[in-house]
Amino acid sequence: MSDHAAHHPINYVRIWFILVALLIVSVAGPMLGHPVVTLITAFGIACVKAVMVARNFMHINLEQRYVSYVIITVLVFVFLFFAGVAPDVMKAEGSGWVKPAWQAAASAANASEGGAAHH
Amino acid sequence: MSSAARPIATTRSAAGMPTGKLAVWWVVASEIVIFGGLLASYIMHRLAHDAWSVQAAHTNTWIGAFNTMVLLTSSLSAVLAHQAAERGDGPKAARLLNATIIGALTFLVVKAFEWTEEISHGFTITSSTFWSFYYTAAGLHASHVIAGAILMAWVAKDAKRNLELHRVELIGIYWHFVDIVWIFLFPLLYIAK
Repeated sequence: MSDHAAHHPINYVRIWFILVALLIVSVAGPMLGHPVVTLITAFGIACVKAVMVARNFMHINLEQRYVSYVIITVLVFVFLFFAGVAPDVMKAEGSGWVKPAWQAAASAANASEGGAAHH
Repeated sequence: MSSAARPIATTRSAAGMPTGKLAVWWVVASEIVIFGGLLASYIMHRLAHDAWSVQAAHTNTWIGAFNTMVLLTSSLSAVLAHQAAERGDGPKAARLLNATIIGALTFLVVKAFEWTEEISHGFTITSSTFWSFYYTAAGLHASHVIAGAILMAWVAKDAKRNLELHRVELIGIYWHFVDIVWIFLFPLLYIAK
């Protein structure tokens, strides 16, 4: 990375200040109590922070291009895993997966988890 | 160590970069699958069970935010160590790596107090599925923090004598990845309530 960094020096302390400012926003956002704002400030900002760390601290954009391709490929595999498994986990009813036993177990677990919160 | 005596993994460059660095990127790629699979499982279960928000309400956002701040700062010292190593200043790189290790230890001490508090309130790994995911994800991450701190101490020892300075960048790449994992764990476990 040294050749590129020599031409485009990165102010690491400035990057750190921006990351801390984004952290403050991500903590303050949910205090507004709006689900969409929480989604954007918590998870949207997490994605921004992750990209900032990868680019400015890990210098992934200065590495051989195939490094980015490898990272993107494994992220796609994780997404495929989510897309393939999530319907079975998240759907309790429907034409393809009527699961009365699952529903009963989930209801019992939810009731149990709700009760445990009072301890 | 003379160039002739250096292990081939740090000198061969068949892929356009030192093999050691290529290996670290492959480690990062495989870790993405490990943490990605765990977090994807957490997200799909979390979305399917509204009752988990009741459990998530017991995690302490301020402690999570403090530890995020600690890891972001430790990432800064790690990249400054890399910068010092690039300039050939091994002793400075070693000092900055030691500062990063202090960040790692701070993170672990805070985590230990946090877990002690939660366990004392009855929230254990067997309390519910939420807490099972919570301890598994945070515990797996903490084990990576411990591994990173040990490796950094080893790299810093050599860097102090201006030896194997290229390793400062390699351990930095790993450490920044550990930071990124926490950047996603923080909103998932502490903010989404």
